[in-house]
Amino acid sequence: MDPIIGFVAAAIRIATPLLWASLGEVIAERAGVINLAVEGSMLVGCLAAVFGALSGDPWLGVLAAAGAGMVVSGVFAAVAIWGRTDQIIAGTAVTLASVGVTGMLYRQLLATHGAELQLPMLGPALFRQPAPTYLAFTAVPLVWWALYRTTAGLRLRAVGESADAARAIGINTRWYQTIAVMIGGLFAGLGGATLVLAQVGAFAERMTAGRGFIAIAVVVLGRWHPAGVLGAALAFGALTALQFVFQAMGLDVPYQFFIMLPYVIALGALTGVAGRVRPPRGLGRTVP
Amino acid sequence: MTWLRRAAVPVLGAGAGLVILTLGLALLGYDAPAALAALWRGAFGSWYAVSSATMVRAVPLMTIGLGLAISFRAGALNIGAEGQFAIGAMAATAVGLATGGWPAPLGLTATLLAGVIGGAAWILVPVALRFRFGVLEVISTLLLNFVAEALISYAVQGPLQEAKGTYPQSDAIGASVRLPLVPGTRLHAGFFLVLGLGVVLWVLFRRSVWGFRLRAVGEAPRAAELAGGIRVERTVALALLGSGALAGLAGAFEVSGVTYALYQNLSPGYGFTAIAVALIARTDPIGVVVAGLAFGALDAGAAGMQRDAGVPAVAVSIVQAVIIVVALLSVRRDPAEAPS
Repeated sequence: MDPIIGFVAAAIRIATPLLWASLGEVIAERAGVINLAVEGSMLVGCLAAVFGALSGDPWLGVLAAAGAGMVVSGVFAAVAIWGRTDQIIAGTAVTLASVGVTGMLYRQLLATHGAELQLPMLGPALFRQPAPTYLAFTAVPLVWWALYRTTAGLRLRAVGESADAARAIGINTRWYQTIAVMIGGLFAGLGGATLVLAQVGAFAERMTAGRGFIAIAVVVLGRWHPAGVLGAALAFGALTALQFVFQAMGLDVPYQFFIMLPYVIALGALTGVAGRVRPPRGLGRTVP
Repeated sequence: MTWLRRAAVPVLGAGAGLVILTLGLALLGYDAPAALAALWRGAFGSWYAVSSATMVRAVPLMTIGLGLAISFRAGALNIGAEGQFAIGAMAATAVGLATGGWPAPLGLTATLLAGVIGGAAWILVPVALRFRFGVLEVISTLLLNFVAEALISYAVQGPLQEAKGTYPQSDAIGASVRLPLVPGTRLHAGFFLVLGLGVVLWVLFRRSVWGFRLRAVGEAPRAAELAGGIRVERTVALALLGSGALAGLAGAFEVSGVTYALYQNLSPGYGFTAIAVALIARTDPIGVVVAGLAFGALDAGAAGMQRDAGVPAVAVSIVQAVIIVVALLSVRRDPAEAPS
């Protein structure tokens, strides 16, 4: 394959699951909720995608992943929003539980015959990209429209800026946050489905490897805006895909340094934009 | 709050977690009673299980948990203890291998100190990023966990790999840089060191200016700065460095007292479990010691469950998550005192 096409393909491949997760996180964070359970939503989404796809239709896998991602974020919402607890720790706990649940289910139900498991994959659609990629790119303007051009979107952003003010004008802040978080979980589940059904083709324990956390960094880079997140996810994908160029050039660098690359890039990028971006004012604040 | 009510939360959490685990096991077709019996035996079945499984596994949880208690008190979250633990273990291994020929107390001290410095150095990056550039330490510490994991993987296949070069692990450190064991058990001296540390912190938290500053900064940073004249940023930064240093010390304890060599995946998630430990204890050092023992028992039981009943040990992270949630729900602020 032409190296440039290969590079672009790799960049888009890396960017797509991240784009799903970070688009979802934009919705949640715009409502003032920082959701670290997005990693758990993605991971459980991956496993659900496998179970759904085993029925023979990969789209059932996509559906299952979306539902599973939503359930996980629902648990997070119950603890963090309805239980009025620290969002960061609640998210960490839900992700921890997701690792346990997926590990247990996988080992008991799949691991014994995991190797010869053949999943129906989502094949290339237009221009050799799988369908979820196009869906993710289509979701960007949709999320933008929903957040900036609808009354519900305006209210949701109001909740994220000042829950007190929003409540004062009669908005049910708790439900707005809950629904925002659950849509975010749905998107993260779709990110997991993309990873399994359009890219890897199998489940492995902890296979999301922190992609959900990177997505949170992508949201910051994208300045909490859907279009910005698209740009940030693509830029992140491109920078990470550079490793394939380096490898093709035959650079003698231990492979572990390529594994580190995405996290280091995310950290570096965060440092670059820090101080020049403004999060939603009520982000991470527990609403009484 | 009475002691009774304090103790009720962890017991309730553990109970709820175990019920959920049992239901899950039964649903998945495991022999749930046998699994629970194996869990109990693994943690408390014999003096050897208590001393050499439960208490040994409690050491990293107590050590990291005490560090997290410091940072939580200052209102800062460090969820990168997993990475600081790994880097501490790596630094301790490197120094332990180099100082094996030194007189025993010197080499051992250098090894443990290397862990402390390694852990502190690893959190120095997020601390610097937060105070120089305003990067949220929550994201940066999390991201660095993955970098640390890759770094260890490189170390045990590269510069620190055993001389034979067969397995991805380091050579064993010499006898002089190992922590002494209690005869007849695998319990190492790190256990007693961390108990002492707990008592020291308990006194410092209650009686020292530093302890007061931590709480002032954690509970009302504006007031601490304006009325108390406390340098808030400095206090938070030092608290985070302290938590990193202790996580690194835990890594050094693990190498110098348990494994004697560096491996990949040295920690089965101690850095995250310790969050539960510090939270359950409400950052009280004595509470951390007690909670650390309880979670050590859970970890030891999980290993027993995997060994004897074939239930993956990772299942226990569900119990841990439930305990964290119950603890969170119990410590949540009264709406009336929540910051507006």
